[in-house]
Amino acid sequence: MPEMTMVEAIRLAMDEELARDERVFIVGEDVGRRGGVFRATQGLFAKYGEKRVIDSPLAELSIVGVGIGAALYGLRPICEIQFADFIHPAFNQIVSEAAKMCYRSGGEWTVPLVIRAPYGGGIGGGLYHSQSLEAFFAHVPGLKVVIPSTPQDARGLLKSAVRDPNPVLFFEPKKGYRLIRGPVTEDEGLVPIGPAHVTREGSDLSLFAYGMMHHYALQAAEIVSGEGIRAEVVDLRTLYPPDRATIVASVRKTGKALIVHEDNLTGGYGAEIAAILADEAFTDLDAPVRRLCGPDIPAVPFSHPLQDWFMPNPNKIAQAMRELAAY
Amino acid sequence: MGERRSAGRAQRPRANGKVKMASTATATAPAKAAATDLPLLEMFSVMLLARRLDERAWVLHRQGKIAFHISGMGHEATQVGIAYAMRRGEDWLVPYYRDLALMLALGLTPLEFMLGVYGKRGEPSSGARQMPSHFGLRRANVVSTSAPVATQIPHAAGIGLAIKLKGDERVVVTTIGEGSTSQGEWYEGLNWAAVHKLPVVCVVENNVYAISEPQDRQMAVPNVADRAAAFGMPGVVVDGNDVLAVQRVMQQAVDRARRGEGPTLVEAKTYRPVPHSSDDDDRSYRSREEVEQWKKRDPLLLFRATLQSMGVLSEAAEQAAEAKAAAKVEEAVHGADAAPYPDPAVEGLGPVYVEEIHHA
Repeated sequence: MPEMTMVEAIRLAMDEELARDERVFIVGEDVGRRGGVFRATQGLFAKYGEKRVIDSPLAELSIVGVGIGAALYGLRPICEIQFADFIHPAFNQIVSEAAKMCYRSGGEWTVPLVIRAPYGGGIGGGLYHSQSLEAFFAHVPGLKVVIPSTPQDARGLLKSAVRDPNPVLFFEPKKGYRLIRGPVTEDEGLVPIGPAHVTREGSDLSLFAYGMMHHYALQAAEIVSGEGIRAEVVDLRTLYPPDRATIVASVRKTGKALIVHEDNLTGGYGAEIAAILADEAFTDLDAPVRRLCGPDIPAVPFSHPLQDWFMPNPNKIAQAMRELAAY
Repeated sequence: MGERRSAGRAQRPRANGKVKMASTATATAPAKAAATDLPLLEMFSVMLLARRLDERAWVLHRQGKIAFHISGMGHEATQVGIAYAMRRGEDWLVPYYRDLALMLALGLTPLEFMLGVYGKRGEPSSGARQMPSHFGLRRANVVSTSAPVATQIPHAAGIGLAIKLKGDERVVVTTIGEGSTSQGEWYEGLNWAAVHKLPVVCVVENNVYAISEPQDRQMAVPNVADRAAAFGMPGVVVDGNDVLAVQRVMQQAVDRARRGEGPTLVEAKTYRPVPHSSDDDDRSYRSREEVEQWKKRDPLLLFRATLQSMGVLSEAAEQAAEAKAAAKVEEAVHGADAAPYPDPAVEGLGPVYVEEIHHA
């Protein structure tokens, strides 16, 4: 089983889908000859040509809007937003158009579209190359919101996203692009959109995370296991629609929940997990539901001490777990 | 001639920056020989039907029978001119909410329109999920449209891109009001179409007002089509009240797109003789004299005069067309009145995702 990095797995998924289905094409800024600023599309322009890997004008809303139009005509676009931070001009197209098309036309018109967007901090990107924006979109019926945390899942979920007949927003933890390595199976490797994944079994508390924070969560669980805290780790993977059953089942077992995300706390995705647990696992809870998140400031600041202060990390997560375990 | 190329012979703004309205829509000589292969009486009938349906919707609103109406009145010549340049059933349309006559020309039935106006089950655009006249008609290649203006322009560019990538011999036409051309979506979509030489024709139905704001609050140029030069595509101004002039300009633009020569920006100058919608009161922003002045150039009156001068429309033929339109309107209203409302458990709940689509 070959080992590869996150970004290699993402590239492999696109390569496989371009080869499998001639309706699939990639569109975005610098995705062609340059191969993307993170090299996610490296080599694909040379392999598939300018009709399958299309350099767009530097304008995010029309990367998505043109993708929607092509999808309406029957193609399967993969739209790349260079950094998630720049997705806001496309918010109208994603929320007013792609997400509502199926419902507003009674299923007559559908938008089989993937939007890939590298997200997250810890890479010295400052306010506008570090944001986590999942909370804005994991509120929107009609969208699917996916965030992988391993190369195997990145490949399998991205392939599923390309084959999905609905619009899928695929946030990629860019700090993990080269940092996270892992095995990728040589089979088709499809990972279904929807189910969360219990990546570590435990009985003392449940740790919910996704993307880069899931990677850290596993490290933190390892740290505290030496202290006798048996943490269960759940990689949420699909944020919308949420996998309520897996979330609730884990807390029924452990009685405690810690949610970790690098997006800021208030109104963040963790609030929805907490609400699900309050609603469906109230009598199973032995402690308050805790959230470890970025602070409520506008975005991740640039200077390293500020960035480090902002970001959750394995040690911060381990400390939060100790406090919750002791409750 | 009813059309002119933009930029070179664009009309000049007045010293105060305002566009002199009377000269933006100069009368056109009746087009004769070029139009003879068009089904002129059929075109007249579609314009007439659109007008009578539209008038009835306003009446239904005043009677309290419907909640909302947004009108296409005054735009009939522009829209029928567009339709009769398209390969209907083959070419695609990404419309906007004033396109009643265009929709009728492409196959929307009067009953389907009235089902939308009443918010009744079976309305084909959205199953009455959307407000009336937010058109879409899959069987006629008419894409669903929303209410945030100009979002349809990047969609048209994307459809044009897909047509080009697949090598199809189709054209996508998209329509929009002049106020909506202030949106970035319009610029981005047309820029895409120009950069990639896509088979897109964008028609701006310039009716002078964006709700209350006249054109000079939207742009500093006298013609929307003047902006075509900045995209690197042809821009054409046409008298939007002259159906044959619009058809001729559109035919050139559509043919050009189909030949792979790229997009065209067409600006059809017309006028909205009624309020923006049934919730608007236009007396606060324009004089009655201005509106009455326009009514002398009502596109139906102009086309009737043209057809009469060509000897195509006899009094008997006109009466027959009126009677037919009236009967269709009556039938549509009765059908919509009797139709059931949608059910929250069916049309309300979904389909949110494709997996929930259950075609009957």
